[in-house]
Amino acid sequence: MTAPLRESALGREILPIAIFLGFALLPVAAAFGAEAYLLDLFMRVMIFAIAALGLDLLVGYGALVSFGHAAFIGIGAYAVGILAAHDINEAWITLPVALIAATAFGYLTGTICLRTRGVYFIMITLAFGQMAYFLASSLAPYGGDDGLTIHTRNTLFGLAPFADTRLFYYIVLACLIGCYWLCRALVVSRFGRVFRGARENATRMATLGYDIHRYQLAAYAISGALGGFAGFLLANATDFVSPAYMSWQRSGELIIMILFGGLGTLHGAIIGALAYLLLGEWLSDLTENWKMIFGPLLVLIVLLARGGLLGLVGQLAARWRRKSIAEPQS
Amino acid sequence: MSMSLLVVQILNGLQLGVLLFLIAAGLTLVFGVMNFINLAHGVQYMLGAYLAVMFYTITGSSLLALVLALFSALAFGLFLEFVVFRHLYERDHLDQVIATFGIILFLNQAVKYVWGAAPLSLPVPELFSGSVVLMPGLLYPVWRLVVISAGLIVALMLYALVNLTRLGMLVRAGANNAPMVSALGVDIRRLFMIVFGFGTMLAGFAGIMIAPILSVEPGMGDTILILAFVVIVIGGIGSIRGAFIAALLIGLADTLGRSFSVDVLRLVMAPSPARTVGPAIASMLIYLMMALVLYFRPTGLFPPKGRVR
Repeated sequence: MTAPLRESALGREILPIAIFLGFALLPVAAAFGAEAYLLDLFMRVMIFAIAALGLDLLVGYGALVSFGHAAFIGIGAYAVGILAAHDINEAWITLPVALIAATAFGYLTGTICLRTRGVYFIMITLAFGQMAYFLASSLAPYGGDDGLTIHTRNTLFGLAPFADTRLFYYIVLACLIGCYWLCRALVVSRFGRVFRGARENATRMATLGYDIHRYQLAAYAISGALGGFAGFLLANATDFVSPAYMSWQRSGELIIMILFGGLGTLHGAIIGALAYLLLGEWLSDLTENWKMIFGPLLVLIVLLARGGLLGLVGQLAARWRRKSIAEPQS
Repeated sequence: MSMSLLVVQILNGLQLGVLLFLIAAGLTLVFGVMNFINLAHGVQYMLGAYLAVMFYTITGSSLLALVLALFSALAFGLFLEFVVFRHLYERDHLDQVIATFGIILFLNQAVKYVWGAAPLSLPVPELFSGSVVLMPGLLYPVWRLVVISAGLIVALMLYALVNLTRLGMLVRAGANNAPMVSALGVDIRRLFMIVFGFGTMLAGFAGIMIAPILSVEPGMGDTILILAFVVIVIGGIGSIRGAFIAALLIGLADTLGRSFSVDVLRLVMAPSPARTVGPAIASMLIYLMMALVLYFRPTGLFPPKGRVR
């Protein structure tokens, strides 16, 4: 399990910069055609990448497989939606509310979830996700099953930065970079080292005197806050919130994203979100029965490509390198 | 809250309970013996219902439809085991979750592709159509009683099979310590396959039995799957007895909660907030129960003793 630590400078420095540069240049390319569609699609990619970053923190670095992570996105989104229904549209109010609500939900459910291990942890996070889903479905004053349309996007000090699609796009990009940086800092901090240590050998960390439970709970809450942040952005991007944001299939998709990109690399979460959403978009253009292709594809990826797309590239690179060492140039 | 309504809802709760037990029994065995999370267990239930409808339209006989659907569901389950699941037993839970999730995506869509997105229905077998008078002024559909008794009979048979036969002994031993059973010379792969086939057949049976009551539609397996997971987690993974008790508990709690939460809340609050809060609490009730159980007993109510993993 030491693979993430031994990655090359390429994976650690250049790849994330290339990804962010690509995101930054996209609006320029999009200006030549289908701008609204492309910006919309990639904005969604970046928003889900933020949530996936949070999940990767838990799954990739802590081996805590949360199967209810969509709930956090939903909570963040509903914070925006419910406040908007009461004519509160100022981001300085809605954003903190979204973050606090998601963190609090993470803290409370985390206290219970972290008493369990392994499969039970997967199942209990799933249960809490379902709980949030059904709670949202039964919020009759806020649309219930049908969801809630947000009539005005959030404002910031009376300005409307989210109204302009291109400006909003760059704000989301800045948020993604900020979250990525935060996660990186967290992983290498003392906190992150203890948290990773608990994954490798919980007993040893406990013997060293660390109260692992506290560290894991904090990581769970932080991960939830990132989900809530993504939800806040998503609600503003789609002008709509609905219980479907929290469905267990959504939680499954988030796990697929981080698995696609490779666990425990952070930028893998971004690549995974990109790959998953673009693939889905492309296949659904191809045929309306795209899930009949996508399902078996998932099975194949699990069976064949360990370590996700990045892992696959790594395996190929290693094989190529071995080959070039085996056949030295004369 | 009249007496007859209470009786009807208790019966409905029992019916949901035995249905959940049929699905959870296979799930908990597969899970307990093979340490394998099979999210695709729910689509097996859906497939059972669809196959029953298909064979009924072809043959026109309910009995033939039941038998044919049961064996096709079994064959399909074994096919999936052979092609995909077999390669996942040694992998970690995350891989199992994703691969079986992929199978759910595929089958839900495939069912839509083959039979259309519109809900289908299966008529109640003629022998059991109509209702009986259980109490003065209380009519209850015969078929629902058949479902309840069939579930209870299967539960008894399963109890006998697991506790009184050699195969059952191996299964119990496998749930406790699979490597040890293997080391003692038992062909664990074959045991896995039998357990797996048996589980899928039970799930298919549940789908067939419920088809005349519910509408048969794509995605019908997903909701029941989550409930079945709640059941096996509350009951303790690998325990048939736990699954049975938890299934009845969940079935009753969910049904009664949905029918009476508003009435109960009205005793303590005004009618209008009660109408809003009631359904919310009712739909979260079983998840709250699960959270409570896991808080106090992190491995469920009846974890198999001495489980080594």
